[in-house]
Amino acid sequence: MKQFLQLISINFKEFYREPGIIFWAVLFPILMAWGLGIAFKQKGDLVQKIALVSDNETWITKNENWNRLIEESENQSGFTIGNKKMGETHYIMMSVSWNEAVQMLKKGVTEMIIKIENDSLQFHFDPHNPEAELSYLQLKAALNGSDIAKNTIDFVPMEQKGTRYIDFLVPGLLCMSVMMSCMWGISYGLIDKRSKKLLRRMVATPMNKSTFLAAQFVARLGLGFLEAFLLILFCYFYFNISISGSIIAFLLVFIAGNIAFTGIAIFTSSRTAETRVGNGLVNVVVMPMMILSGIFFSYHNFPDWAVKIIEKLPLTLMADYTRSVFIEGAGIADVIYPVVLLTVMGVAFSAVGLRIYKWY
Amino acid sequence: MDSKTAMIEVREVRKYFKHVKAVDGIDLTIKKGEFIALLGPNGAGKTTLVEMIEGIQKPDHGEIFIDNKTWKKNEKELHQLVGLSLQETRFFEKISVLETLRLFASFYNLDDQRIDEVLKLINLEEKKDAWVVNLSGGQRQRLALGIAILNKPEVLLLDEPTTGLDPTARREVWDILKKLKKELNTTLILTTHYMEEASYLCERIIIMDSGKILAQGTLKELLSKHIKGEVIMFSTQEKFDEKHLPSREKVHNVMIEPNQTEVEILVEDLVSYLPEFLNKFQSEGINLTSLECRKMTLDDLFINMTGKHLNA
Ligand SMILES: Nc1ncnc2c1ncn2[C@@H]1O[C@H](COP(=O)(O)OP(=O)(O)OP(=O)(O)O)[C@@H](O)[C@H]1O
Ligand SMILES: [Mg+2]
Repeated sequence: MKQFLQLISINFKEFYREPGIIFWAVLFPILMAWGLGIAFKQKGDLVQKIALVSDNETWITKNENWNRLIEESENQSGFTIGNKKMGETHYIMMSVSWNEAVQMLKKGVTEMIIKIENDSLQFHFDPHNPEAELSYLQLKAALNGSDIAKNTIDFVPMEQKGTRYIDFLVPGLLCMSVMMSCMWGISYGLIDKRSKKLLRRMVATPMNKSTFLAAQFVARLGLGFLEAFLLILFCYFYFNISISGSIIAFLLVFIAGNIAFTGIAIFTSSRTAETRVGNGLVNVVVMPMMILSGIFFSYHNFPDWAVKIIEKLPLTLMADYTRSVFIEGAGIADVIYPVVLLTVMGVAFSAVGLRIYKWY
Repeated sequence: MDSKTAMIEVREVRKYFKHVKAVDGIDLTIKKGEFIALLGPNGAGKTTLVEMIEGIQKPDHGEIFIDNKTWKKNEKELHQLVGLSLQETRFFEKISVLETLRLFASFYNLDDQRIDEVLKLINLEEKKDAWVVNLSGGQRQRLALGIAILNKPEVLLLDEPTTGLDPTARREVWDILKKLKKELNTTLILTTHYMEEASYLCERIIIMDSGKILAQGTLKELLSKHIKGEVIMFSTQEKFDEKHLPSREKVHNVMIEPNQTEVEILVEDLVSYLPEFLNKFQSEGINLTSLECRKMTLDDLFINMTGKHLNA
């Protein structure tokens, strides 16, 4: 017991005496929630530059709506389309030659070229570029005198709790920080100790190996709670986020996630004594899940077969069900499946890891 | 072999790596309370041998007993019995000396009183709250020694405990070890590159190279058994070739430095050889720029046996 407490206390001290770790583990997720939450909160006013290639100086065309927009704009610099609810887009027209326009497109200065030829308008853009496509539709609607440009449109902005981007984001960030903290804290930490020969020095005492690993888990779990608490606290006050489901269900998923990632961390750290290799290994585990597991955007755009696999990734499991507790109000019974699966993963990975573990 | 007094027994132990025979058939019996020095150049196999005794590496062949126990069957007891320091361990960086000692003490279930004793013994009381990163190399070595002796081990295995220490600090370590011997009758194996350390601390010196024991015994025994003869050191103006030496059969060993003008030779009987040597040089017109004769030391013996200097 004494060694268990000592080991935990050393783990904590190693953590908080490293200012860099505190930034990445505590401040970074909060900053990310804050930044992304703000960025996606309101469709702000956009500015789009359009390269205008015209065969006449006046930019007059057969389209009356176009002519009016151009007339209304000050010194022919551009015009604004949209409305307060949707967000307004300000289009800036830049009069250039065709060659210059193509250059601008290549450099990404603009995403669309409008060509005026024989008094008619031609739109040139990449149809796979959603932003250009959106601009095209918006412009086209305006030129046809459609409703989208006016304030009389019939959609209602969803700003209810639980449907905002921040509601989607925060549970994911929480799970991601658990993954990061386990993978870097435990996995990289153990590899580092092995490379320093500290691991073999410790094992050459009556220290109990399972106590040693249990202390790693408990210390990480404690730190994880602290990190999660601070993130939730911030988001509660700043974005008015709360846990709509059962707190116990959330805790269960959280602990199971920690078990899964501790197991994976032990497995990842089982052989190498090279911190550079360790760095790579940790990234190999962390990177795909960060991208695929639907932390920042939904993974449902992937093909169906891929979704089936992605859904089983530990980070996806943890994030999806944490989200369902936060947003959909899931209870304990709803989270039994991921809790069991995550725990089994953790136990299986650590069991295999320990079989091949290189203590010396 | 008297198993009652034998504390450590190493039998026909071998450990081969891909391209090296790191330890190549070693037999060794160490009595309780005996202090042993393992002496050898870099790559001799000292660390590999010691780590096998520590249970950290497994021998490819042969057996090792400590207090009649083996690592395979009695790991727990042996961990309690053995204290060790590795050739290079970097402890937790941002953890203080005291916290490090506390952690290791908790593995042995020791109380704070023992920690204070050890702090005093390794002379790090003033540094007890300093982080390990901020310690000097010598202070870190002393911390490693402190951890090795925390549980008052019956068997102490130290791999180069004084490498990198200044002479005063080295003396301090020696005093600590002498004290342990007197008070606790500790059995010690230590590896070192310092002849002086080996002869000051240890009853028995074992000279190793290429995984084999070349010679062993007390300093006196080694000197009387292996050292017959004297060393002539000289340097010449021109590049020197071995063929200029007279009566080659009387010369045991020739060492020519890479610059080919500084030479050391080992002869059995200086009184009869020196006149012959000088005559030959005079008649061949070889100009000596310096000449010195001395008795052979353990270092010369070492060079003679291994072809390498001790601290290369
Ligand atoms: N894990 C290993 N893999 C391959 N070769 C090894 C390994 N460990 C040691 N060796 C080799 O075995 C030989 C003996 O090494 P060892 O570390 O035992 O020497 P040493 O006597 O302790 O040297 P030093 O005085 O430099 O500490 C060396 O040639 C070394 O390169
Ligand atoms: Mg060595």
